[in-house]
Amino acid sequence: MSFALRTAALRAALLVSVAAGAMLWAHPACAFRVFVSNEKDNTITVLDGASLKILQTVAVGARPRGIVLSKDGRSLYICTSDADHIEVLDLASLTVTRTLPSNPDPEYMALSVDGKTLYVANEDNSQVSVLDVTKGEITSEIPVGVEPEGMAVSPDGRTVLCTSETTSMAHFIDTVTHQVVASVLVGTRPRFAVFTRDGARVWVSSEVAGTVAVIDTATHRIIKTIRFDLPDVPTAAIQAVGINLSEDGRTAFVDLGPANRVAVVDANDLAIEKYLLVGQRVWHGAFSPDQGTLYVANGISNDMSVIDARALEVTQSVPVGQSPWGIVVAP
Amino acid sequence: MNAGAYWQCLSGIIRREGLRWVHQRGRFVSALVRPLVWLVIFAAGFHFVLGVSISPPYRTYIPYEVYIAPGLAGMIQLFNGMQSSLSMVYDREMGSMRTLMVSPFPRWFLLMGKLLAGVAVSIVQVYIFLAIAWFWNIRPPLTGYVAVLPALVLSGLMLGALGLVLSSFIRQLENFAGVMNFVIFPMFFTSAALYPLWRVQQASLSIYWASEINPFTHAVELIRFALYDAFNPVSALVVCAYLALFLGAAVVGYDPGRGFLARRGGGAE
Repeated sequence: MSFALRTAALRAALLVSVAAGAMLWAHPACAFRVFVSNEKDNTITVLDGASLKILQTVAVGARPRGIVLSKDGRSLYICTSDADHIEVLDLASLTVTRTLPSNPDPEYMALSVDGKTLYVANEDNSQVSVLDVTKGEITSEIPVGVEPEGMAVSPDGRTVLCTSETTSMAHFIDTVTHQVVASVLVGTRPRFAVFTRDGARVWVSSEVAGTVAVIDTATHRIIKTIRFDLPDVPTAAIQAVGINLSEDGRTAFVDLGPANRVAVVDANDLAIEKYLLVGQRVWHGAFSPDQGTLYVANGISNDMSVIDARALEVTQSVPVGQSPWGIVVAP
Repeated sequence: MNAGAYWQCLSGIIRREGLRWVHQRGRFVSALVRPLVWLVIFAAGFHFVLGVSISPPYRTYIPYEVYIAPGLAGMIQLFNGMQSSLSMVYDREMGSMRTLMVSPFPRWFLLMGKLLAGVAVSIVQVYIFLAIAWFWNIRPPLTGYVAVLPALVLSGLMLGALGLVLSSFIRQLENFAGVMNFVIFPMFFTSAALYPLWRVQQASLSIYWASEINPFTHAVELIRFALYDAFNPVSALVVCAYLALFLGAAVVGYDPGRGFLARRGGGAE
């Protein structure tokens, strides 16, 4: 068993050096948890961010998909699409403490900058519901294109962006007047949108077209449509959905659905740097608090892939619930 | 005889094997090109474009090239084991085997020396292959390159011992083609080298069991785990057991009094 001994000795040496390195850095690592919505088994999987062990699986309403963290980091808003409402999960007790109205089939939502308003996409009745979180009331309904889904709020809080899947448009909505001020035609079936931190651009992914449109928010013109070309992967399998922009504004990670890849895009010159192999049908992702790790939910392989966002390598994939969809990282 | 004499004999055998490997340029090149052809052409054509599912020691989805790399390292050792058996037959035909066998050292030591020489050559070949494979994005952790060494020694010894047993059966050089057909190919294809065993199990249960008892499967899995800093105790035990079995058979096979050579009337010399 000299091999076992050697491997053990090697591991021990490695462990000691890693521990010594960690002590030298003396960086207090913040503990955090990863929350994953599982749309088929109606649960939220709660994992420890460091060990990636499942801490708890919380039962919630039917078909949880879009999840958003409250501004104070204490609650998680969950679109339970088939239950036709939004549930509020208290992150301390991990229990659903409130239910908010949402109109039918809420799929995704965005929180206002002050954290008091939720803009909810109602897929079935082609509108955006404006929900006052404190009162738990819908205060306004904004008609948009058919099958709205992607929602994003600009960093200055003045614009809400909604993508409508069937109309293939990105609608810019004024948060004060609740009027659509501009609609931009993008690739077929746009599903997700995210603003850059300076608010100058918004990235919109199109699932069927398999593209990402980068739109100038001042002129409402498309700066560039990013196309993904993976040798050997059928074009139909390349379906852009979730997008995560790094805080330093340099890198974008685009989840390519059934292509089982996450594309790494240079956020400045909009060129594709690399494709990372993850699990089957990757939907959405979330960064760790230090931005060093990206977690992505794989809808068909029922797991979550962990990406080293600096080395641009997939390090691990861990099982979660059935059909994981959304991911949020929280304390 | 003292330890120095044993060492002199052993180093002589290893040096001879090393020289033979370097001088036979064709063998040198083909040993290197063979796994690379598999890696570059076969893996590209066979491509699991959407990734090979997670199975230990891998912790996430991997491209097919990454999966077959340890199997190709095993293939290098398998071919090398058989090639050294070929060289034994050659030695016997050319008469240099007699020089070795009449030396005052015990037979088991001479066979062990021959075996170690072959293993040393195969390990050098594997490391050259791994170095080239690095450029094909097959990049195990750096510690894996160290951890794989003892695994390579063990698997190399086992496959080399199998070669020794076979060489005691082979009467003439020409029969090596038979070894290719009846040993190398079946061993390689019914193993975990090309496909994960869970996939083989789904396709055919009988091939799955053939793969499970195939010593080459366990040699490959031992290498695969070690390359990713993990240890596969089942494969290690199976490889050790086969090594003991083959070594025993080789010592008997080369014993002129009772071995296969005796039955054939003293060998082919």
